[in-house]
Amino acid sequence: MFNSIDQLVETANSEQESIADVMISQEMEVTGRSYLDVYKDMERNLEVMESAVEEGIAGVTSTTGLTGMDAVKMKKYIESGKGLSGDLTLYAIAHAVSTNEVNAAMGKICATPTAGSAGVVPGVLFAMKEKHDVSREDMIKFLFTSGAFGFVVANNASISGAAGGCQAEVGSASAMAAAALVEMAGGTPAMSAHGFAIALKNMLGLVCDPVAGLVEVPCVKRNAAGASNALTAADMALAGIESRIPADEVVEAMYKIGLTMPSALRETGRGGLAATPTGERLKQEIFGGQ
Amino acid sequence: MKYKSVFDIIGPVMVGPSSSHTAGAARIGLLARSLFGGQPDHADIYLYGSFKDTYKGHGTDVALIGGLLGFDTDDDRIITAEEQAREAGLHVQFIKMEEERSHPNTALLHLVKGDERLTVEGISIGGGKIELVSINDYEINVSGNYPTLLIFHKDTFGTIARVTTILGNNEINVSQMNVSRKEKGDIALMTIELDDEISDHIIKEASGAEGVDRVIEMKES
Repeated sequence: MFNSIDQLVETANSEQESIADVMISQEMEVTGRSYLDVYKDMERNLEVMESAVEEGIAGVTSTTGLTGMDAVKMKKYIESGKGLSGDLTLYAIAHAVSTNEVNAAMGKICATPTAGSAGVVPGVLFAMKEKHDVSREDMIKFLFTSGAFGFVVANNASISGAAGGCQAEVGSASAMAAAALVEMAGGTPAMSAHGFAIALKNMLGLVCDPVAGLVEVPCVKRNAAGASNALTAADMALAGIESRIPADEVVEAMYKIGLTMPSALRETGRGGLAATPTGERLKQEIFGGQ
Repeated sequence: MKYKSVFDIIGPVMVGPSSSHTAGAARIGLLARSLFGGQPDHADIYLYGSFKDTYKGHGTDVALIGGLLGFDTDDDRIITAEEQAREAGLHVQFIKMEEERSHPNTALLHLVKGDERLTVEGISIGGGKIELVSINDYEINVSGNYPTLLIFHKDTFGTIARVTTILGNNEINVSQMNVSRKEKGDIALMTIELDDEISDHIIKEASGAEGVDRVIEMKES
């Protein structure tokens, strides 16, 4: 099993395989399942992601009313043609928001790598579909590539907001998405690793401070930030820009930052935005005296 | 390595809003149910750390109840689990604990049905992945990724050999094994993770082995 990004890139190079295929081979070896079984399972996950994107774009609202209907606003804005960013970024934002609004409304989503950060990877993936007409197979491979990078983060650092803050969730998701974007766009495995490193570096230190402890504020909008950050990092890596700090060392830095983060900023709903006057008021309104 | 499959990262498919606090909680409930051998009549659920602080907002409570009712992470019925529990005759009480545990997302479930009692402690480590860290106060480390045998036995020589011999004779391969005890010479707990599910007659044989007190089978989750 690969346990570092260095190893992952090396294996892809020596086997002359994509990172997606390295991940699939490992999955087959570990579980003893066939290529088709593994592939089909990922296809099912892709279908769940697609349904969630569509559901949110059509409009959902959470039970608390804190989040919802913003994906609809984004869609209308894109259609108006007045967007400042390019369409790819705008779609990534819309789809990321959409997925996380569905999640907040207790709808069905696929965790990537977590539910709170479930909008980032599908956000950029369905934006690519919208703008670049990528094949179904490439979309499924995109998820395996994202998974390979996330696998290293999960085993060497953390993908839990309670353990490592939002950098471990949206940060990891953004870095996974950046790496997969690079591979989808034809970059080398090493370029994927640079894209991953750049994206994660930009998210280091991000705290997990959900208002009322709910996966709503600021989670939904942070997914949009994670998606656009992934596009930024992928474009930089594809331009040949390299991360000065190697990907594995960025993961280690993320882990160590998480360890020193106070518990008030690790998904307890007690610090940061949760502890602002408005955050406290919203909590009071939702839960009353509980 | 804690995470072994790509589907630990891209997955699970689940009802929102949190992989650790909703999906992970449902899985802890499911594993506890599996260990208990079915649905309890009553469950006292102790919540620690972030679970205690945010369980309402994350639906941790309904997910734990859903798990005890046998609902998987992607089962919509989690949303109405409280109602379902009433109908199924499952009474649940949540207790918020101030004490710090080894992991911020910890739930301890005390399950009761008639004379049967079982205490299971689970942690949710991220992305929906969980581990069971204690059962009836015995420290264990079970991921639920593999079929697992939990065998309570007398802490005397030869018992472990008798059990592993039974497995060996039935051509069952052990992937990981651990023994823990509270006091020397008392009842100890063997935790054996296996590569494949095993048939009932092997469990019966192990239950009858000298020194073995009780065998619990946990199927792959």
